[in-house]
Amino acid sequence: MEAIVVKDLKYEYYARGNMQPVIALDGISFTVGEGEFVAVVGKNGSGKSTLAKHLNGLLLPGGGSVCVFGRYTDAQELIWDIRRVLGMVFQNPDNQLVATTVEEDVAFGPENLGIEPDEIRNRVKESLKKVGMEGFDEYSPHMLSGGQKQRIAIAGVLAMHPKCIVLDEATSMLDPEGRKDVMSVLKKLNSEDNITIVLITHHMNEAAQADRIIVMDEGKAVLSGKPDEIFGEYELLRQIGLDIPQVSDLYVRMKDEGLIKNGRIPVLIDEAEQVFMNVLSGRKANAYSSAGPERKTGEKIIEIKNLSYTYMAGTPYERHALKDVSLTVYKGEKLGIIGHTGSGKSTLIQHLNGLLSPTAGTVEVSGIIPKGKSLKELRRKVGLIFQNPEDQLFEETVEKDIAFGLKKMGLSDSEMKRRIDEALLITGLPADILKKSPFELSGGQKRRVAIAGVIVMEPDILVLDEPTAGLDPQGSAGIYEFLSRLNESRNTTIIIVSHTMEDVARFCDRIAVMEEGRIVMVDETRSVFSNKEYLEEKSLDVPQITELFYRLSRKNRNIRKDILTVQEGLDEMKRIMGI
Amino acid sequence: MLKNITLGQYIPGKSILHRADPRTKMISTIIIMVLVFIANNAYSFAMLIALTAIALLIGEVPVKYTLRGLKPLLIILIITAAINIFTYSGQTVLWSAGAVKITLEGILQAVMIMIRLSIIVIMGSILTLTTTPIALTDGIESLLSPLKKIKVPVHEMAMMMSIALRFIPTLMEETDKIMKAQASRGADFDTGNILQKAKSFIPVLIPLFVSAFKRAEELATAMESRCYRGDVGRTRMKKLAYTAVDMYIGLFIVLFTAVFIVSAFVLI
Repeated sequence: MEAIVVKDLKYEYYARGNMQPVIALDGISFTVGEGEFVAVVGKNGSGKSTLAKHLNGLLLPGGGSVCVFGRYTDAQELIWDIRRVLGMVFQNPDNQLVATTVEEDVAFGPENLGIEPDEIRNRVKESLKKVGMEGFDEYSPHMLSGGQKQRIAIAGVLAMHPKCIVLDEATSMLDPEGRKDVMSVLKKLNSEDNITIVLITHHMNEAAQADRIIVMDEGKAVLSGKPDEIFGEYELLRQIGLDIPQVSDLYVRMKDEGLIKNGRIPVLIDEAEQVFMNVLSGRKANAYSSAGPERKTGEKIIEIKNLSYTYMAGTPYERHALKDVSLTVYKGEKLGIIGHTGSGKSTLIQHLNGLLSPTAGTVEVSGIIPKGKSLKELRRKVGLIFQNPEDQLFEETVEKDIAFGLKKMGLSDSEMKRRIDEALLITGLPADILKKSPFELSGGQKRRVAIAGVIVMEPDILVLDEPTAGLDPQGSAGIYEFLSRLNESRNTTIIIVSHTMEDVARFCDRIAVMEEGRIVMVDETRSVFSNKEYLEEKSLDVPQITELFYRLSRKNRNIRKDILTVQEGLDEMKRIMGI
Repeated sequence: MLKNITLGQYIPGKSILHRADPRTKMISTIIIMVLVFIANNAYSFAMLIALTAIALLIGEVPVKYTLRGLKPLLIILIITAAINIFTYSGQTVLWSAGAVKITLEGILQAVMIMIRLSIIVIMGSILTLTTTPIALTDGIESLLSPLKKIKVPVHEMAMMMSIALRFIPTLMEETDKIMKAQASRGADFDTGNILQKAKSFIPVLIPLFVSAFKRAEELATAMESRCYRGDVGRTRMKKLAYTAVDMYIGLFIVLFTAVFIVSAFVLI
């Protein structure tokens, strides 16, 4: 039996306030077979979430039909049956856990179904085991990490014994570790319990692990097929704002240049290793002689010496977040800080503008020691942008929001206007956005507005925590583009905290690696990522392309293992092939 | 300040009181509070103090921690005591200056009020220290369930309470994050007069409300997706059940009440 049959589905959001009506789904049709693992990809606003809400009858078709295991969603009397068979996991882990303890939360679904208490208890045990969270029964949700919370949400769905699970961007707010854990749980459920999985995502590396990918754009399904078939249509994908995994990207670029004649596009790293090994077989290149890394030094702008910080000192909850951290940042450089969640990255950056004061040690930022009166001056020099900064927008218009910090600086009107216009230009926002309410913008625009509100203060140092979290590939690329512009035009020092190694590798000059409150390594980006064994030991990832070349270099010593971008990979391939 | 409040905190444990049914504990606490107001002589107060000591002991709650919960109440205690001392009109005048006089009865009255308030706070703390918030909510739902007959939405109220409890830590974290983010943009929460200070919280409150509404909407969607439709056909994994412990506590409270009434009304 088909698990899901969607036929010519249409849906339109009615006009709200001064917003135009939006056609979210424009006659989309597809089927998902029982036991299939399907990924639905598309950029933000392509209609993915609207589609998800149709699959369990949260929204009813404006036209066409949705049929789940033989039940049409617009039949009112079947709605609870459909929701039992098809479980949903949503994006924000915090906003879907209902109860104050893990076991009560997992029990919530079966309780609603009216199942006997003993049976519920069995199901809770069994479900927690399946997602690898046994022993957490009594934990309260706020004590868990994002990935753990998402696994609890999956357990809550499993306890209802569903045949299909739909995940709506469920991994987009997680760190790489959490994401991997969730993906491996899903794959296990799919293969061992034959549960149909529909994974809605814009992470192509996740989609690559599915049996089949459906690509959505403007409310339609534009492509459907196996991952390698889909990635073969990379031009179309790029047009609609999606990218493909780095190894697939390298392959198609080589094919474009005629370096590879035929064969299948690799989508996962293991296949890629095999494919590229074959391409290079028999080639004996000369060893690569590097010119030695160019060291960018110069004026020191931040100097941290022996910094320690302890949360809730003197209580049973005492936690040493930073231990004896020393770090120098130079003017105009782009520094990346990587490390696991809880390694002290956020605590460290909060010292840079005096939100936290050292328990021991010193922080000096362009000659200022953050304390008392100097804080105001410091916060103008250091712009700190937290994760999801759009959550802090509050004014009636975009203009007022961007000017919030400026107003306290006592500038003339013309100077304020100049700065606001310049910030719009840098962040690539249209001028007519100023009179709009920040709450009616798209996610990517909100993010830019929030960042513009810091850029107008013309800080010497810009610190960003996960600047691209939750954005689709196009949105992410846009953010890094204007950060580069800012770095070049104003020589702004930029510090990025991120889990997305591909972005960090492409953007940063230097990387600091943190682990358990210490900085365990600071070096040029290339040196850090070429030290793959060390990072692996710390269970940190490297960009996929770096991983590929690391693996290739183990088979052929003459291949460089410090490749950071797809372009570098292509050049290295050409060098080895003697072209 | 907030650190000192022990009312509403829960400390895990396996004592008799931890194991007792929340309904038993709530009813017992209510009975004791009524007795506190009936108490009128040295015997009855002595009994109540003894009972409080016993409860602290068998509840295995940290005594110092519980007593620290009285600290924020100190000012209220002192003020009520002072009002009683100066305004209670008694016969035995100890000291007087014009219209103001202090009587023995006034002082006794003040002491009684202080003891009453302290016992109520300590008993309340013991209840919450030994009972998880979810058990309390379940208990309240179960105790109030007869009201469902007259269409009082008891289940919905209990569900709202437990969701509120679930989201307190989340919203606290969020408040902290928003305050830090706005401070980074130049917001200043500490200087200026009261009006300015209140105004400076607008950049915190608006995002907090926006996010709370978003959370509410998403949570409702998630609950619906998990087949929640109110009380209809719903079972519970953890059913409240009375055990031997509850019987002992119940018997003890009944006996205590009997002896107490004798000492308060007969032994005057």
